[in-house]
Amino acid sequence: MTRWRRQQLVLGLIGGVLALYLFTPLAVLIGSTGTGFFSGLAHPLVWPAMKLSLSTTLTSLLVVVVLGTPLAWVVARSSSRGARVLESLLQLPVVVPPAVAGVALLLTFGRRSLLSAAFSPDGWSPSFTSLAVVMAEAFVSAPFFLQAAISAFRRIDANLVTVARTLGASPLRVFFSIGLPLAAPGLVAGGATSWARALGEFGATLMFAGNLEGRTQTLPLAIYTALETDLKVAQSISVVLIIAALALLVLVRLVTRERTP
Amino acid sequence: MKAPLLVAAVLLSACKPAPEKELVVFAASSLKDVFGALGGTFKQQHPEAQVSFNFAGTQELRTQLEHGAPADVFASADVRHMADLERAGRVQPSVPFARNELVLVVSPEASRLVKRFEDATSLERIVMGGPDVPIGRYTRELLQRASMSPLGPAFVERFEAHVVSKELSARQVLARVSLGEAQAAFVYRTDARSVADAGVDEVPLPEDLRVVAEYPIALVTKPAHPALAAAWVDLVRSAEGQRQLSSAGFLPVSP
Repeated sequence: MTRWRRQQLVLGLIGGVLALYLFTPLAVLIGSTGTGFFSGLAHPLVWPAMKLSLSTTLTSLLVVVVLGTPLAWVVARSSSRGARVLESLLQLPVVVPPAVAGVALLLTFGRRSLLSAAFSPDGWSPSFTSLAVVMAEAFVSAPFFLQAAISAFRRIDANLVTVARTLGASPLRVFFSIGLPLAAPGLVAGGATSWARALGEFGATLMFAGNLEGRTQTLPLAIYTALETDLKVAQSISVVLIIAALALLVLVRLVTRERTP
Repeated sequence: MKAPLLVAAVLLSACKPAPEKELVVFAASSLKDVFGALGGTFKQQHPEAQVSFNFAGTQELRTQLEHGAPADVFASADVRHMADLERAGRVQPSVPFARNELVLVVSPEASRLVKRFEDATSLERIVMGGPDVPIGRYTRELLQRASMSPLGPAFVERFEAHVVSKELSARQVLARVSLGEAQAAFVYRTDARSVADAGVDEVPLPEDLRVVAEYPIALVTKPAHPALAAAWVDLVRSAEGQRQLSSAGFLPVSP
């Protein structure tokens, strides 16, 4: 064995420790759930949480994509300093802990917040409703979509846009006929990542939306609740979320591979 | 080669177990204030010891203990979780050390609507504990009694229809009301007292709906510091401990 190969092997072994550490818990979780998976899913906690998670994450995904795509386009097209600063600030919710997001949402949209006082003097607030769940999910997952969308838009050849403009295409036409189609794979990948993050949202939801079956108890909250009563149920829900995450990961790989042959 | 070794040494020393005389007390969230104060008293009696607390919902502490969490003493807010741990051999035989009464608290905004328990039908946002959280089980016990009382099952149904969240500890239930997010909740009398300054009002309950929580305490099986753990239980049950519990609003153990 050459010296080169030997050193490569050592580096590989060191890195393998981390890979092993990352995979083992997931493998143990799936392995120890085994055939208890289906009986765990039959628990009354699971189905309402599954429905709620699906409907709230799809809603938040829709909101994030509809509002986030134009924002990403503007940020990607602009070369101003302000746009650079804005791009960095948009990443803030990724690094801010979810518990902080929960407190922030509570203070902004809670019953004693300024907003609540201004818009609804009788004290209506989204807290404890499914809307609060959607808001928490959108807050934490939007940056993942934005980041992917901005870099997808930025990869578009600037000459194409210039040519289109000189041929008389309006900004909207450029956005819809050049921006969207060319950035589509990146947008889909961003949407999938952001969806995965929304599915896993826990901290902000628990603090801002509360925990009630069928209304605000999403799958991660159901895991937390079940952990104290029936570990098998918590395991089964976890496996469901792992499968969903894997599926989204594969989707991201598939759509991004087309772009980089 | 020295730098990595140094880094490793620093990392290892950071992971070293806590100082030898560290007493670890797991206690129900409703014991937070009074046990914190008792910790000061304990430190005076045992200067060599350091007391660390883990306050959480009783059901959560039970799960942690079942999975081998290192603790010396466990104080529970209900007898059921304690009995299960005793049967499983995780704790030694327990003794009761305090009782606590359930009260209805309302947020300042709701206090003009609800003067008596009978007015509770005008509430729209009620929180309670989850099914395995002691405060949740006591609340359901109280509601069951209410449905047998002159208030009747329709009253209870209306009350339950306005539950907007099921929290995982008594203190989280309390926080929802003191933050004004929820209008009302059943909490322990001791917890109600701790937020009286925030304008959270207590609503008197009919005498026949009185529900009293019983708090048992036990040494875990094979505690790391048996002598200190026993000293903690002794302090809690001593005249001084009982005095502090009673001034926090706890009731003495029934004779």
